[in-house]
Amino acid sequence: MALEPAQVTNNHTLQAPVDTLRFGHGSDVGQGRKNNQDACTAFAATYAAAQGRMSFGLFVVADGMGGHMDGEKASSLCIRVVTDHVVEAAYLPLLTGQDEAPDLMETLNEGVLASNLAVTEQMPNGGTTVTAAIIYGGKIYITQVGDSRAYLVEGRHMKALTRDHSLVQRLVELEQLTPEQAAEHPHRNILYRAIGQSEHLELDNKIMPMPFGARLLLCSDGLWMVVPEAEMMDILAATPNSQAACEKLIAAANAYGGPDNITAVLVDLPDCPDIAEPGPTTDR
Amino acid sequence: MVDQIDTQKFPGPPSPGGGSESVLQTNTVLQNRYRITGVLGMGGMGAVYQARDLHFPNVKRMVAVKEMLNTSTNPQIREATLRNFEREADILASLTHPSVPKIYDYFSIRDRAYLVMEYINGRDLEEIINKASDFIKVEIVYQWAIDLCDVLSYLHSHEPEPIVFRDVKPSNIMIDQHRHVRLIDFGIAKTFEIGQKGTMIGTEGYSPPEQYKGQASPQGDIYALGATLHHILTRRDPRLEPPFSFKDRPIRDYNGNVDPEFEAVIMRSLEYRPEDRYPSAMAMKSALEHVRPSPDSAPAVLGTAPIMHNSAGAVTAPVGAQAAKPSTAFFPSGGSEVIPLWTFRCEDEIRSSPAVVYGNLYVGCYDNGLYCIGANDGKFKWRYATEGGIASSPAVADGVVYFGSDDYALYAVDAQRGRILWSFHTEAPVRSSPRVALGHVFIGSDDGNLYAIRIDGGRRAWAMETGDPVRSTAYVTDDLVLFGCDSGDFYAVDLSGKLKWRYKARRGVISSPVVQENLVFFGSMDWHIYAIALDTGWNVWSYRTTKAIASSPVLDDSNVYIGSSDGYFYALDCKTGRDRWKFETEGQIATKAVVHQNAVYFGSGDGYVYSLDTKSGQLRWKFKTGGPVVSAPFVHEGVVYVCSLDHNVYALTA
Repeated sequence: MALEPAQVTNNHTLQAPVDTLRFGHGSDVGQGRKNNQDACTAFAATYAAAQGRMSFGLFVVADGMGGHMDGEKASSLCIRVVTDHVVEAAYLPLLTGQDEAPDLMETLNEGVLASNLAVTEQMPNGGTTVTAAIIYGGKIYITQVGDSRAYLVEGRHMKALTRDHSLVQRLVELEQLTPEQAAEHPHRNILYRAIGQSEHLELDNKIMPMPFGARLLLCSDGLWMVVPEAEMMDILAATPNSQAACEKLIAAANAYGGPDNITAVLVDLPDCPDIAEPGPTTDR
Repeated sequence: MVDQIDTQKFPGPPSPGGGSESVLQTNTVLQNRYRITGVLGMGGMGAVYQARDLHFPNVKRMVAVKEMLNTSTNPQIREATLRNFEREADILASLTHPSVPKIYDYFSIRDRAYLVMEYINGRDLEEIINKASDFIKVEIVYQWAIDLCDVLSYLHSHEPEPIVFRDVKPSNIMIDQHRHVRLIDFGIAKTFEIGQKGTMIGTEGYSPPEQYKGQASPQGDIYALGATLHHILTRRDPRLEPPFSFKDRPIRDYNGNVDPEFEAVIMRSLEYRPEDRYPSAMAMKSALEHVRPSPDSAPAVLGTAPIMHNSAGAVTAPVGAQAAKPSTAFFPSGGSEVIPLWTFRCEDEIRSSPAVVYGNLYVGCYDNGLYCIGANDGKFKWRYATEGGIASSPAVADGVVYFGSDDYALYAVDAQRGRILWSFHTEAPVRSSPRVALGHVFIGSDDGNLYAIRIDGGRRAWAMETGDPVRSTAYVTDDLVLFGCDSGDFYAVDLSGKLKWRYKARRGVISSPVVQENLVFFGSMDWHIYAIALDTGWNVWSYRTTKAIASSPVLDDSNVYIGSSDGYFYALDCKTGRDRWKFETEGQIATKAVVHQNAVYFGSGDGYVYSLDTKSGQLRWKFKTGGPVVSAPFVHEGVVYVCSLDHNVYALTA
């Protein structure tokens, strides 16, 4: 199954009930680069029937690297492989209830590992970050490689859910650099972990209960490294419409010169849990 | 400061479009003197050639010619790169140390500059590490470490300015044909462009943290030396790990041959803060010489190649080398030296695992009998006959032996005399093994139930119905009973039999769980080893092997050990699930292992019983039985008791 990346229409204007996933997204080349090496997928599915209803979401942001178009090919390949795998191995079984309930964290990891193999084989000079999240059954599952980020946004607060696999982040953790020095460091773009670099890949995982009514922001470093966090929070707090918020965030990065590609996916989490799930429940 | 990161260290592919046509052809003669005979390596700046010096027509004098392509169109950069090259030449020319290659000449031709230096006949450490099938002997690494401290100390005390090497790493260290350490590549000009998004994978890992603040100091070389030694001793490439994470990988966790003192010296050289490391390379050298085992106890270092233990545990010495005395007791791979203390033959295959209590060994057999054998002499004491084969492993508590049988029953038999106390009948064969805890026997049956049965009298307290055979042996904590079933469900029930949580693996769980702190570990036929949080039932980590897992995990303080049908025996970090080491056997591993005093024992379908070092995974010994070994060993007072499908019970020295 091949999916067009980031071609899902956003449904923020519909009068949908608040129990579904709504999202906005945007990706922009910025002003400092000739091509956009970022890619994203937003896949939100709602099932509603007499037996109950469920929402399933998969959101992926990838920031490619490598010359000769290899970066954009790597990020695009990565998100397509991840999305293909998750839809097939997680979403469809959940929808039909025919197979055993998938372990969602593991399915997401399998997708990312498969994308690593695909990029390693097909794009030997390319690589990419990937930050991927599944939202289902009252939980958020996140897999992270590289320095794209996932944030949880609640009111005027935002908290990074991921840890950058970057040299400067590691130096900050070891108190060898201050965050301010890291922000200015000439090697701030250097990653120590990325998709497509080695068959051996470790993933950072996070499973958390869904904070109902909060928002999940996935973005590339063209946003978070450029726009100060306080400004991002102002924009998010002032813009309830998630598509409009994404567009404003991208505009803000461009206002700072847009040195890198900018990608943002913003998900409005439901206000209440699913009533029932069509398939068998997952773990527990 | 960008010159420390070298993204294109050779051997590596030539940069796209930049290259192969630029490489000098064989037999090209430079300066009417150096005839190119081959390429030694490719770097980001150009190639390194092997060449013959024609000024010595009567002897074959080989030299290394390092070439730098000055391809920049920016005149300032061209000028800077040429200056860097000349700087390298000048530095090298001023040095005289046995570990520093001699420089003979340098010149430039159009856009290329050349440095002619001593040809070193040997291999670089990166190649040595990569080609070694196992750990390099610690005594040899000691010598390398001391020699490297010596040359760094020489460079650091250079006048008028100390020379900081800046790039100590295995690929820049050669071991020549006399087994001497040689530092190569004083390359200061490196190719890395700021601002370009990139990864450092494959290029970094040895540099000290402060190098990224633009500081290059002798302490930085000490760190990089420590990183290099860490890599050699652990066989863990720091370029594949998060940067500056050596502290997370204590050397002795990977290589039990390394003495704690050596580890301590290396770890001090890897301190994050330069002031916490050794104040000088000379100080580090002194520390190494102080802790190094005396030469009397170390084998002679001779020959032309390192001496390594191969993966089968045998010692291989290169031709011309004196056979090395291994640092731990190794047996040749044939295993003929392992002679059983005694052997006892039953009438059929033994799948049950033995238990030894008060001088008696108890084990079930497919001949329907539960045997009691003298643990010291292998003499028969009694046999209790059931109506079916016994795959269940006996549990012994308070003078009673409990075991299940294919005749659907659980038996409680007096451990001294073999007389029945009670039996409990289920609806199907009992292949799970009993767990005795809290006044109850917990046991699963193929009838789909896990039963809790009172020890006094054998009455049922409760049964938990799963719907599929329960062959996993329950683990009982203060408040939970944990077990798997053939459907793939893993259950945690409270002591009254009420479900607390359930974790669903994709295939059956025959494996018997073990618990440490808040985690329960088990394997599944879906190829995975799982670590599940006891309180929530959530997956903390899982590790995928390449075949089904029917065996059960065992633990020590830090590792979980488990075998898989893929033939490998795995040691994983309990907390993270990362593999520490794995060991390949020729058969499927279906047995649980046992850990005893830094050694782990298990059997394999290939008929062998293996004993491995828990730290390193190195083979201590192996013993060949006459059939697959599917039952778990039992270790008691320095003796390993193990059973085989060849019908025998063996007692081996641990």
